[in-house]
Amino acid sequence: MAAGGADKFSVLLPTYNERENLPLVVWLLARTFRESGNNFEIIIIDDGSPDGTQEIAEQLEKIYGSDKIVSCIFCIFFLIFYSVGKYVKSLENWDRVPGFCTSFTSLKKKQKEGNFDIVSGTRYKGNGGVYGWDLKRKLISRGANFLTQVLLRPGASDLTGSFRLYRKEVLQKLMEKCVSKGYVFQMEMIVRARQLGYTIGEVPISFVDRVYGESKLGGNEIVSFLKGLLTLFATT
Amino acid sequence: PVGAGGVGAGRGSVRLSRPLSPQAAMTKLGQWLCGLALLGSAWAALALAPPGLQLPAPYRQALLPLPVYLLVAFGCYSLATVGYRLATFNDCEEAATELQEHISAARADLRRRGLRF
Repeated sequence: MAAGGADKFSVLLPTYNERENLPLVVWLLARTFRESGNNFEIIIIDDGSPDGTQEIAEQLEKIYGSDKIVSCIFCIFFLIFYSVGKYVKSLENWDRVPGFCTSFTSLKKKQKEGNFDIVSGTRYKGNGGVYGWDLKRKLISRGANFLTQVLLRPGASDLTGSFRLYRKEVLQKLMEKCVSKGYVFQMEMIVRARQLGYTIGEVPISFVDRVYGESKLGGNEIVSFLKGLLTLFATT
Repeated sequence: PVGAGGVGAGRGSVRLSRPLSPQAAMTKLGQWLCGLALLGSAWAALALAPPGLQLPAPYRQALLPLPVYLLVAFGCYSLATVGYRLATFNDCEEAATELQEHISAARADLRRRGLRF
């Protein structure tokens, strides 16, 4: 992939209490990029974690170099404009420490193939899937996705997977337009992208349950998802 | 409506694209309300018409409970669809084992490079 070497990729990692996952994710990313020959930077955005995530981030910065790891506690909005990569990959969902190597390269390959503005990973199509999910969780996931498809008709099969590759200008434009916070933000990005006429490609991904840390999904999450969905329904 | 392209070769990836829309779209809620208003008024006009303009009796009898039938049909469709998708939700065993390997490799390598966990 000689042509791929010229493009630089920025990876956004928002973290909260991810002290144990962070080194693994960074290691996997660094290895993937080294193998594919792309220049990269990993931007770790820590929300003031009490478990020392920031300290781990700083250690990683020493190991990999300051041009490769940037750690800070800025709001994610400012960082988009400062990142120097041409493509920005976002990883907002820490429930996955996925097959990064294969997933990332397939995201990148897809982008080049179709010259897409956004490439989104989907758990629901092709040979995408999950591991370690019980029936209840799968049911909630499929039910929520069905509701989303009916209400929003978004043109993408997985809105909450949050494993995406954006062109930088596309991401900037979308950040300007999006107003939601949290979970719903990712859904809004895709909905707005479609409204603006951006092309969205999809790639199947495997979502393996997190090994360390606690999954932030419960009754509260479901309620806020529904609220967010209805808000998007009424405003977009 | 989205114009979906063909299925990509090999791993079953799907391509979606949409041309640029010329004007600002109505919100989804707005679209639903418009659609419901249209269908609702058509139904009301036909099913609840004053005696002078009524359709023949059999048609009216079929038309009157139509909204409820459609609702129930949609409910059945939803259950069937979600059930089918639930049943065909892939489980990725290989990804999980691959992940475990990555984790041990990562920990060993990082420890060597001086990371204090």
